[in-house]
Amino acid sequence: MEKVVEIIDVSMNYHTLDGETKAIQKLNLEVLNGEFVSVVGPSGCGKSTLLSLISGILRPSAGKILINGKEVQGPSASVGYMLQKDHLFEWRTIAKNITIGLEIQGKLNKETQASIEKLLKEYGLYEFRNHYPRQLSGGMRQRAALIRTLATKPDILLLDEPFSALDYQTRIAISEEVWLILKKERKTAILVTHDLAEAISMSDRIMVLSKRPAEIKSIHEISLTCSNKTPITCREAPEFRFYFPTIWKELDVHV
Amino acid sequence: MYDSKYSAVSEEHKKFLMNNKRKNSAIGLSRFIILILLFFLWETAASKEWIDPFIMSQPSRIIKTIVIMSKDGSLFMHTGITVYETIIGFVSGTVIGTLVAIALWWSDFLAKVLDPYLVVLNALPKTALGPIILVWIGGTTKSIVVMALLLSIVVTIINVFTGFSNCDEDKIKLLKTFGANKRQILRKVVFPAGIPTIISTLKINVGLSLVGVIVGEFLVSKAGLGHLIIYGGQVFKMDLVMTSVLILAIVAAILYLSVLWIEKKVLKMM
Ligand SMILES: Nc1ncnc2c1ncn2[C@@H]1O[C@H](COP(=O)(O)OP(=O)(O)O)[C@@H](O)[C@H]1O
Ligand SMILES: [Mg+2]
Repeated sequence: MEKVVEIIDVSMNYHTLDGETKAIQKLNLEVLNGEFVSVVGPSGCGKSTLLSLISGILRPSAGKILINGKEVQGPSASVGYMLQKDHLFEWRTIAKNITIGLEIQGKLNKETQASIEKLLKEYGLYEFRNHYPRQLSGGMRQRAALIRTLATKPDILLLDEPFSALDYQTRIAISEEVWLILKKERKTAILVTHDLAEAISMSDRIMVLSKRPAEIKSIHEISLTCSNKTPITCREAPEFRFYFPTIWKELDVHV
Repeated sequence: MYDSKYSAVSEEHKKFLMNNKRKNSAIGLSRFIILILLFFLWETAASKEWIDPFIMSQPSRIIKTIVIMSKDGSLFMHTGITVYETIIGFVSGTVIGTLVAIALWWSDFLAKVLDPYLVVLNALPKTALGPIILVWIGGTTKSIVVMALLLSIVVTIINVFTGFSNCDEDKIKLLKTFGANKRQILRKVVFPAGIPTIISTLKINVGLSLVGVIVGEFLVSKAGLGHLIIYGGQVFKMDLVMTSVLILAIVAAILYLSVLWIEKKVLKMM
């Protein structure tokens, strides 16, 4: 399978008047087409920074990032980004929220409108298209946020703790749904999460980062035996109990 | 909102609503009684000569003045002029102030450079500039409008700029991930998110502009409620002064309520 994301010797330093913060140090990673990779690590270690670098809204201090073999020079339509909160704009209807990316990229036309309509119908938001975000539940809002990200047809999705603002039950249900959607749309995904069970149940690979400055501590290939593989059924897999403590130890959590 | 499971409102909830209604009408009634009582006291005190009606005026004399001035139309003329100047002043203050705030948001450098000037201008009592404006622009309506504008513009710039700067960083980040440029970030998120701030500034501005207009009319003294007050004071027509102040209070209240109404409409539309 071809590599869609290549991170080569990337370092990132932030400069503020208080001093220099080394967020990422000489990090290397390859993500294959259609793969679901999770990134876990202590809070403040540089996970969000890593996603911002891949999306092109930040430039690395050193090293380079290739998307589909081309060096990242800035935000591109081939990368979609989903943040922790849905950030739907309260003054726009759901339909208008979903088209914002297309508006910005100047791609709002009959054709894309039609494909948005299809997405809305497919994922149960069509009846709510003229509602305002405050009229929707947390789970539905997050689904709308996902469709907003998918609307610009990215190949790669970056998910920065997208479920952490939801309550436990909604989180499980929505992560299942998002996973199914991403598989169906054949997207490559990089998920940042602090929920280890979520990472194990959704991913093909898990990358554990060290404390700041982030380096790769270890990479775990996840293979779970479960029929009809989805995140929820995966939680029942016998190997789940093996991965959890192994990775937990590496996270080196001290309270 | 009541529980939608019940098709009819429960007895308990009805009682609650009734109680609430009763309390509200009691409040309204008390307010009205205080007003009546004050005017009644004033009227009696003046008729019994406890106070000098020549200096303190009197409700009945005020009513007489209103009737006379309504007949010759001068009441509406002066009130209209004051309202007109105020509206021009606070609309232009808000619009220009918002434009400057946009410029400051756009250029971080400009915002930092101008910061101390804004702080000083904000602290300065703008009415002190009245005579200067009068000399520069002349004794016309223009001076009065500029006065009103001056009073509201600095607060507008500061408030709206703060509103823009407080726009959620993550919402901006979201647009950046779609490749948005600065103009798009302004149009799609910073400005719409700032509209409630702009409207709340409007509420402050309507009062400030009225201050500016009255001070302007004091200085220019050709027409308007401010002119009537100054003129009445000079020729010792206290009835005219009191009438004008009373009308001014009503004008101020109506203008404020109109802005509240606009706010409600706009926020509902958003
Ligand atoms: N814009 C910034 N300026 C300065 N320092 C930053 C900035 N963004 C993040 N940092 C710092 O970089 C480190 C990594 O941040 P982040 O990538 O957000 O961590 P994580 O997502 O893993 O919690 C943190 O110590 C944070 O304080
Ligand atoms: Mg983070």
